[in-house]
Amino acid sequence: MSQPASLLWFARHECRLAWRDWVYMMTAGRGRRFRSVAAGIAAFVFFLHGVAYFMVGAYANVGADPGKTVLLIVTGNLLLSAALMLSQAMESVTRAFYSRADLDLILSSPASARRLFSVRIGAMALSIQLMALLLTAPFINVLALRGGWHWLGGYGVVIAIGMAATALAVAMTVGLFRAIGPKRTRLIAQIVAAVIGAAFVIGLQVAAILSYGTLSRLDFLTSETMRALTPDEGSMLWWPARAMLGDAGALLAICAAGMALLGAAIAVFAPQFAELVISAGGSAHGAAQQGHKSGFHCAAPMAALRRKEWTLLRRDPWLVSQTLMQLLYLLPPALLLWRNFAEGIDAAALLVPVLVMAAGQLAGGLSWLAISGEDAPDLIASAPVLARQVMRAKIEAVMGAVALVFTPLVAGLALISPFAALAAAIFVAVATASATAIQFWFRSQAKRSHFRRRQTSSRVATFAEALSSVGWAATGALAAMGNWFAVAVALIVLGVLAGTRWLSPARA
Amino acid sequence: MKPVQPPVALEIQGLVKRFDRPAVDDLDLRVNGGEFYTLLGPNGAGKTTTLRMVTGLLRPDSGAISVFGIDALADPVAAKKIMAWLSDEPMIYDKLTPFEYLEFIAGLWGVGARAAEAQARDLLRWLDLEPHAHERCEGFSKGMRQKVALAGALVHEPRLIILDEPLTGLDAGSARQVKNVLRERVRRGCTVIMTTHILEVAERMADRIGVIASGKLIAQGTLDELRHQAGRGGLTLEDTFLTLVGQGAVAA
Repeated sequence: MSQPASLLWFARHECRLAWRDWVYMMTAGRGRRFRSVAAGIAAFVFFLHGVAYFMVGAYANVGADPGKTVLLIVTGNLLLSAALMLSQAMESVTRAFYSRADLDLILSSPASARRLFSVRIGAMALSIQLMALLLTAPFINVLALRGGWHWLGGYGVVIAIGMAATALAVAMTVGLFRAIGPKRTRLIAQIVAAVIGAAFVIGLQVAAILSYGTLSRLDFLTSETMRALTPDEGSMLWWPARAMLGDAGALLAICAAGMALLGAAIAVFAPQFAELVISAGGSAHGAAQQGHKSGFHCAAPMAALRRKEWTLLRRDPWLVSQTLMQLLYLLPPALLLWRNFAEGIDAAALLVPVLVMAAGQLAGGLSWLAISGEDAPDLIASAPVLARQVMRAKIEAVMGAVALVFTPLVAGLALISPFAALAAAIFVAVATASATAIQFWFRSQAKRSHFRRRQTSSRVATFAEALSSVGWAATGALAAMGNWFAVAVALIVLGVLAGTRWLSPARA
Repeated sequence: MKPVQPPVALEIQGLVKRFDRPAVDDLDLRVNGGEFYTLLGPNGAGKTTTLRMVTGLLRPDSGAISVFGIDALADPVAAKKIMAWLSDEPMIYDKLTPFEYLEFIAGLWGVGARAAEAQARDLLRWLDLEPHAHERCEGFSKGMRQKVALAGALVHEPRLIILDEPLTGLDAGSARQVKNVLRERVRRGCTVIMTTHILEVAERMADRIGVIASGKLIAQGTLDELRHQAGRGGLTLEDTFLTLVGQGAVAA
């Protein structure tokens, strides 16, 4: 048995909480679903092995002395993993500062806060490594099976990157905290985390599109420009790639570096965490944010509901930023379509699927916030308004917000091609309606702050939302090009929606 | 000449709600208009479940609920129009200011802008919220949030106010403000039904007290009537309550 309040004791406590939190997230609070979730994960890992086989199987037999091209490709992929891990770590650190679930209890106890936060930083690193390993292990396994056991060094590299990313995230978040204060850090750190996660992929794709007119990151990484810009093969820059390829010395060095970075972050920042957490708690009582001061503008109940939804969306930039971040990923395809086809067929028609896809994604997020993310459900339920009127007002609020974002884009498109704009307008509306309908069928009461958990509450809804957006985007593209195959795709999407409705709890 | 009977604010007949076990079990209850009625009962007795069914937040398995003569199950919107519900967890939006919150509620209840604004300003003043009227609620203390929620419950001038543990977690000053506002509403003819675990509040404020245990109303009346029902005079409300609940448990 570990001594109470010792490092080991805190570690045991954290592990238990993390395990239960993870199980809750995966099973959406329904313990009985654990077996099916475990089976789902196993199937997913098996599927990933298949994907990995087709993606990297052919590249497994790299010689002991890889050339710069191989080093560039491996380093590029490691940087991508590092960016994602850093993004996840920053989000974890921010949550550690601002979620006070048990911190008040622990900080008010005589236990050492430094020990607790040392364990929490370590736990963050562990959870990030586990998540990264879940996704990378199939690729490493396939490479090892096809190319030799030296590829197993990849596990060490992922673990080392996880440690370094956590250390960097802690340092960056604490730095932000000191520089801009607790109140702004929460929002900025969340946005920075999301941008870091997306920026590397998008940046590489944008560079590839602008240079070579392709979405392929490989084309850019293996280009002469990159070869010229990067140092020669002897540089330390390639050590992570060399470690991945089985160089034991490089592997030991980067593992040691990762450990040293994490150790230093724990030693330097764990003692400061208690003070920062207390500041973060106090920030809610800092300078109050003002609202409008004019008189009442009482409207009909439905108008009041719509206005409330719009005000809440407008005042929660973090929620909106999370939603809009999805749109960021649509930038490269839009750029590619524009660049590749501008001089060929009607380029405007090729922007239709991008707009439709983005509308579907945005509508899914916003309708979850409006329909399921109601912070005062009893108030609304006790108001003299019929439930269907409440729902209609909320749906109208979502439609209005989506219209506000897409009307200028569709209007701009209309200047280039009125027919493409018409197709975009129709299918933006259809994709929005479909995503909203799915959220309506799968509605369940939740706090708005649980937005990031929405995708774990119903996997059927998540997949259906994605399929419907993709399907309507394809239909919109075909319709804009005057291709009658659009009807067939539309019928498939309607079938998906009918199936989703059939599976939804709303039907039961 | 026959004395004029006050209107019946709330009449519950044979109300039943089961979850895993009966939460409310064939409950009958009658509260007169203009009355301050307090519901007491041990944890899990069925007080909150009963009130949630009255306010339309929960569908009963069977029974009838009438609010000022309106069948609340057949015409819930009409019943809700003259009712307000306040739970112990304040139902407010962090990103709205108290002023905006009251404006939203006035809109939901369909109250005219001018009347609602005057009422809102009075409530904000009475509850000492005026200096914070245009600050977002996200940084407010529990007491302030509860006062904002109370102002929301009153801004549409309900005839029946139902409160579930409204004083939980409030400091003495805030609790007194809430009590004063409720007393003032009763003076103006409003009916208040409140659950509480603070027996002193029930003793001082209530015209009549109902005691619920195991989903049934086991006793009701003024404090003196309850003492009589408990079978011993000169008891404190605490002694009376514990005796009645004890008897109820034996009877069950």
